[in-house]
Amino acid sequence: MDAAHGSSVVTSIANFVFPNDFHVHWSMMIVLYPYITGLVDGAFIIAALYYLFDVKSLKPVARFSLLFALAFLFCATLPLLLHLGRPERNLNMLLTPSPSSAMAGFGYIYAVSMGVLIFIVLFVYRPDLVELRATSKGRLQMLYRVMTFDSVDLSEDAMALDRKIIRFLVGIGIPIAVVLHGYVGFIFGGVKANPTWSTPLMPVIFLFSACVSGISAVILAYIVIRKIKGRSIDHGCIKTCVNTLILFFILAFTFEMLEVFSHSYLKSGYHHMVEGLLNGPLANSFWLWQVKICSVIPLLTLGVMGLIKINKSLYNFLAAVVSAILLLQVLIMRWNVVIGGQLMSKSARGYTQFHPEWFDKEGILAVMAVMALPFIILFVMGKIFPFWHKESQTNVKET
Amino acid sequence: MKRRSFIKQVLNGSIAGSLYLVWPMSANSLDVPEQIPGIRGKEYDSLNREFAFIVDITRCIGCGSCCVADKREYDVPEGNYRTWVERYVKGFSDTIYVDSPHGGLDGYQTPRSDIKEKVRDTFFVPKLCNMCKEAPCVQVCPVGATFKSPDGFVLVDEKRCVGCSYCIQACPYSVRFLHPKKKVADKCTWCYQRVRKGLLPACVQVCPTHARKFGSMKDETSEVYQILKGPGVLTVLRKEMGTYPALYYKGARREVI
Repeated sequence: MDAAHGSSVVTSIANFVFPNDFHVHWSMMIVLYPYITGLVDGAFIIAALYYLFDVKSLKPVARFSLLFALAFLFCATLPLLLHLGRPERNLNMLLTPSPSSAMAGFGYIYAVSMGVLIFIVLFVYRPDLVELRATSKGRLQMLYRVMTFDSVDLSEDAMALDRKIIRFLVGIGIPIAVVLHGYVGFIFGGVKANPTWSTPLMPVIFLFSACVSGISAVILAYIVIRKIKGRSIDHGCIKTCVNTLILFFILAFTFEMLEVFSHSYLKSGYHHMVEGLLNGPLANSFWLWQVKICSVIPLLTLGVMGLIKINKSLYNFLAAVVSAILLLQVLIMRWNVVIGGQLMSKSARGYTQFHPEWFDKEGILAVMAVMALPFIILFVMGKIFPFWHKESQTNVKET
Repeated sequence: MKRRSFIKQVLNGSIAGSLYLVWPMSANSLDVPEQIPGIRGKEYDSLNREFAFIVDITRCIGCGSCCVADKREYDVPEGNYRTWVERYVKGFSDTIYVDSPHGGLDGYQTPRSDIKEKVRDTFFVPKLCNMCKEAPCVQVCPVGATFKSPDGFVLVDEKRCVGCSYCIQACPYSVRFLHPKKKVADKCTWCYQRVRKGLLPACVQVCPTHARKFGSMKDETSEVYQILKGPGVLTVLRKEMGTYPALYYKGARREVI
């Protein structure tokens, strides 16, 4: 399309932004919102593969994935509260929801996800909590009593029942996780006024990229924490994680590109604006960063890791690097969808600009604080819930 | 006059004046003649009311009076617009140049100086809430703060709105904004509070060329009824959105979005 090539015709008409469209209403906090829920979903997938589908090689990261998901889920509503104009009225969404609105469901879906994940964590950690209960006193003991469902029974039968309950909870947790993040995608996909958002592919893209970000986060966190602690890295576990990552990233990247291709090929209403957006204001953040640097490079690297036999330490190093790049890819993708989509005025004749601020409640510092908080929560939770299984807590150097 | 009685008189006057300011007065008591026939003097049956708004592009001269009236009526914050007027300039190369500096609030007093080619045509397009019958903003509001009244007005309950801006994203016409002080969604209401008192929307009242028309669709003698039921060609904005606006345009060129 002409806009893409900056022809004089389009350049001259691409000049009008509706007066109310200059301001980008959904800014960085709404970039973080799907990013954080995505991390939750992806990490939960890893746990589900172990607890439900018996992928034994994932045992070293299974418990950590659950805690990682929980720490981020605790913070998932924070960006929304910071974004709301009247955050003190946030409970209106739960108390007086409008059934016609996609957004009205978030509180319920979030609450159910939180409930299920907390129960899974408590059942998985019941033996550890029983131990803590025995060594604590007073109110703390009461707390552990509640957290262990007032059961100190760790017999084989009791543990078998726990495993059944965990399998059941993870079983219902998968559709809940899918709904949680597919739903976040639908919040955007359901806005027909915005041609870059309005596609049934949006929930699918969000879901797969969520899995990519969550799995990448678990891989990176596992490798980094184990390295810092000087503990061994389970190569089989990393390999399974990477193979799962390859699968989800191929799906995510394919659907991301399919969406662009569909706009370009179908040439449906306002496609020239979408193309103009991707080749204009988003040329760097989309084509250079999201596609070339953060998608093609990891795709090639993952291809090498999947097809060619390489030594374990290099494999682990590449796994960590690719995971870091993919974490960035998903964040940039969220940015391009959320903020990029709003740069296009509904006048279909022009684009606005977005300049992030430092000290705003939705500014860069607030973003850093929101992203740091789950790690602090994770660190605190680590004091009660050990990240790793005892058998893998050996001080063996990297294999 | 003695000083004592002077102070007494001034105080009496101040109290009387203050009372005059705070005393609740209906439109009737202001003695403004009824502008929408059939509303005053009877109970307002919202279930049996329907209104329409017509913008006649061929009449608009881009004076900006409507925008000024609107800003005064609602104290619209700077940089946000409940209504605005766009200027379309069509060159002989069929290039369309559109602008709306300050939302047209200052009126279009001088021609655009940046257009190098010969101009074929110029026209002005006032924009305001489309009061969609299938309003996306109503659909997406998570708390029901944006709602549709039985008489067809899409309104915002500012005491309920959480300021999530979903309605702003959903509006295909970009008529909504987040009020910078109240932190809730705001938009044109077709002056609902005036209509309920039998008065025309402020922008309609001040339009010197009668480019903005408003009236009841339950009144067969109203101008909007006769235009809408007549043979003339009317269009709505962004018909493909399936929003079924109650705002119609007369004489809108195909370039208007």
